[in-house]
Amino acid sequence: MTDHAATASPVAAVGRAAPPRGSSLTRQRVRAAWTFLLPMIVVLSLVAGWPLLSTMYLSFTNAFLGGTAEARFVGFQNYAFYGPNLRDWDDEFGGFFVTYESVETGAAVDLLYEPDSRVFFDFDTEEDIDNFDTSQTVPYLADDGRWILVPLDGGTGATALSPYEGEIDTSAVFSWQGVLADAQWWRSVWNTIWFSVISVTLELVLGLAIALILNANMPGRGLLRAAVLIPWAIPTIVSAQMWGWMLNDQYGVINEIMLWAGLISERMAWTANPSTALPAVIAVDVWKTTPFMALLILAALQLLPGEIYEAGKVDGIHPVRMFFKVTLPLIRPAVMVAVIFRALDALRIFDLIYVLTSNSRDTMSMSIYARQQLVDFQNVGFGSAASTVLFVIIATFTVLYIVLGKVNFDGGR
Amino acid sequence: MTNRTKRRLWRVAFYVLVAFIIVYTVFPFYWAIVSSLKAGSALFQVDFIPPEPAWDNYASVFREQPFARNIMNSVIVSSVSVVLSLFLAVTAAYALGRVKFKGRGALLLIVLGVSMFPQVAVLSGMYELVGALDLYNTLGSLILSYMIFTLPFTVWVLTTFMRDLPTELEEAATVDGATPWQIIIKVFMPLMGPALATTGLLAFIAAWNEFLFALTFILSNDTRTVPVAIALITGGSQFESPWGNIMAASVIVTVPLIVLVLIFQRKIVSGLTAGAVKG
Repeated sequence: MTDHAATASPVAAVGRAAPPRGSSLTRQRVRAAWTFLLPMIVVLSLVAGWPLLSTMYLSFTNAFLGGTAEARFVGFQNYAFYGPNLRDWDDEFGGFFVTYESVETGAAVDLLYEPDSRVFFDFDTEEDIDNFDTSQTVPYLADDGRWILVPLDGGTGATALSPYEGEIDTSAVFSWQGVLADAQWWRSVWNTIWFSVISVTLELVLGLAIALILNANMPGRGLLRAAVLIPWAIPTIVSAQMWGWMLNDQYGVINEIMLWAGLISERMAWTANPSTALPAVIAVDVWKTTPFMALLILAALQLLPGEIYEAGKVDGIHPVRMFFKVTLPLIRPAVMVAVIFRALDALRIFDLIYVLTSNSRDTMSMSIYARQQLVDFQNVGFGSAASTVLFVIIATFTVLYIVLGKVNFDGGR
Repeated sequence: MTNRTKRRLWRVAFYVLVAFIIVYTVFPFYWAIVSSLKAGSALFQVDFIPPEPAWDNYASVFREQPFARNIMNSVIVSSVSVVLSLFLAVTAAYALGRVKFKGRGALLLIVLGVSMFPQVAVLSGMYELVGALDLYNTLGSLILSYMIFTLPFTVWVLTTFMRDLPTELEEAATVDGATPWQIIIKVFMPLMGPALATTGLLAFIAAWNEFLFALTFILSNDTRTVPVAIALITGGSQFESPWGNIMAASVIVTVPLIVLVLIFQRKIVSGLTAGAVKG
């Protein structure tokens, strides 16, 4: 057990084999160590640290893919924002363009909402002025409370807007927006969690069963192990396409077999039907990743000393009881590591779902949601916010893994 | 007698279960091979053995899209990023596995954390980086971005291997006046051959299978890697995918991987245990 725990975590071994402190040899070794580490640290900062930080930064801006205007810092707007429609932002006016149907007159008025001062300006009051601050390059609030639109082309005349004088019912123009207020985002979160919990549970149960069979002393064990390795070796995209073909609504072999066996009465569109799409994705993932689970559990099983079982046999303990009372507690740390690794992997699922069901709402995962916003809708700020929330969720799990992992490894020592 | 029959029955049940598992794991790939060998309308008949095996689908995969180019691209991208990672990882793993210094634990945790990164969490930042380096729609963009998972993985696994090598070797070399660099090159490298091969193979498979970055950073058919090419194969009809071609392409890229994995199966299991890598 200890051996396996050590293999799984170099961290656990930090405290051993220390040469005498402070000798010149030690200092030379430590210096060499940092020199050796430097290239790796530089590359890792470039390919991981920098993109992560700039994604986080972008999530606080209104950046657009292919947008010509400079991205503007917008605070937490992409996460949660109560106000006018975020898409109605206008750089030239420095505010949100709002069409408001007046409660009193019923007439529609064009307004400009400036978020910093929270004032609505009326486009009907637009007047040309020449007494403006020529050092300003962006619209600004004048001392008299008017909103000054400075000429972008460097001309001499500016335009001023006065605040709207009527009553404004903000509930008619404001709404909750941002990733955290998007129902589709929460649906993706729910899909992802549902997918992860079910598929990891099934993989654990099946993986445990296969590992126990592989661990039994029987002829043909090598053949079974080779067979089990095949799904693991197949690229995810290929397995998605293979299953997509098998699950095909018209010509799929699964429909044929199930029709023949009388399990269904007509051909099903497994990946298109909202009630079967997510189960279909889960089934493919279970097929693909159970071997991983089985092999990790098998590695743990093979480290168990055979004497325990001989002792159990001598004492006449039933094998089932033996399994629950001895085997399971002993392999628990290794199983935990495998489960958490798989869970982290499942939470970021992208490729399998993307190929099997495309951008369907029924199966959309958090990663697919974020990429759709980023690439398809070119909404970089918003998509980065979704990515960042996903990162926070997974980082929480990672910390959990490291904490739990450490507890287990230390416990095994 | 009854006891013996019971045991026999159990045995039969056990082997039925084993047979079922083998069918479950192997059948989908077998079906892909069978489908890839059916030309024309035979594809739509359910025959578990192709009545007239034909290679038409294989020919048309290469004819209708630059699939040979796609395979080359995948080979280039995966090998270059794995070789670069191994190169950086060997020295780093020596430092992390053999030298005790302040901040080692923290560094290892960062390496582990990065290897579990959700790739979409860095997507927009990576997109900017790729654009800033003028690598958009080139294989360079993928080599760069794949380092985000190949590098931490190789560092982590090689560190566990390095740490388990006997201390006596290093001590003897130090007494003889070898520098840390000489220790890595002359003492450890010859012992690391199998470890490097296993780690390299696993990282290669991970890079070979990557989809998200390849889908996002590459636009043209000629620059695509295999997974994206297979995911985006379209035929003459927009209503039905050319399943025969897709299955042929799938078989072409999967057979070498399965052969490699079966050859290295024992090593792979130990590498997986050390790195608990994504499948």
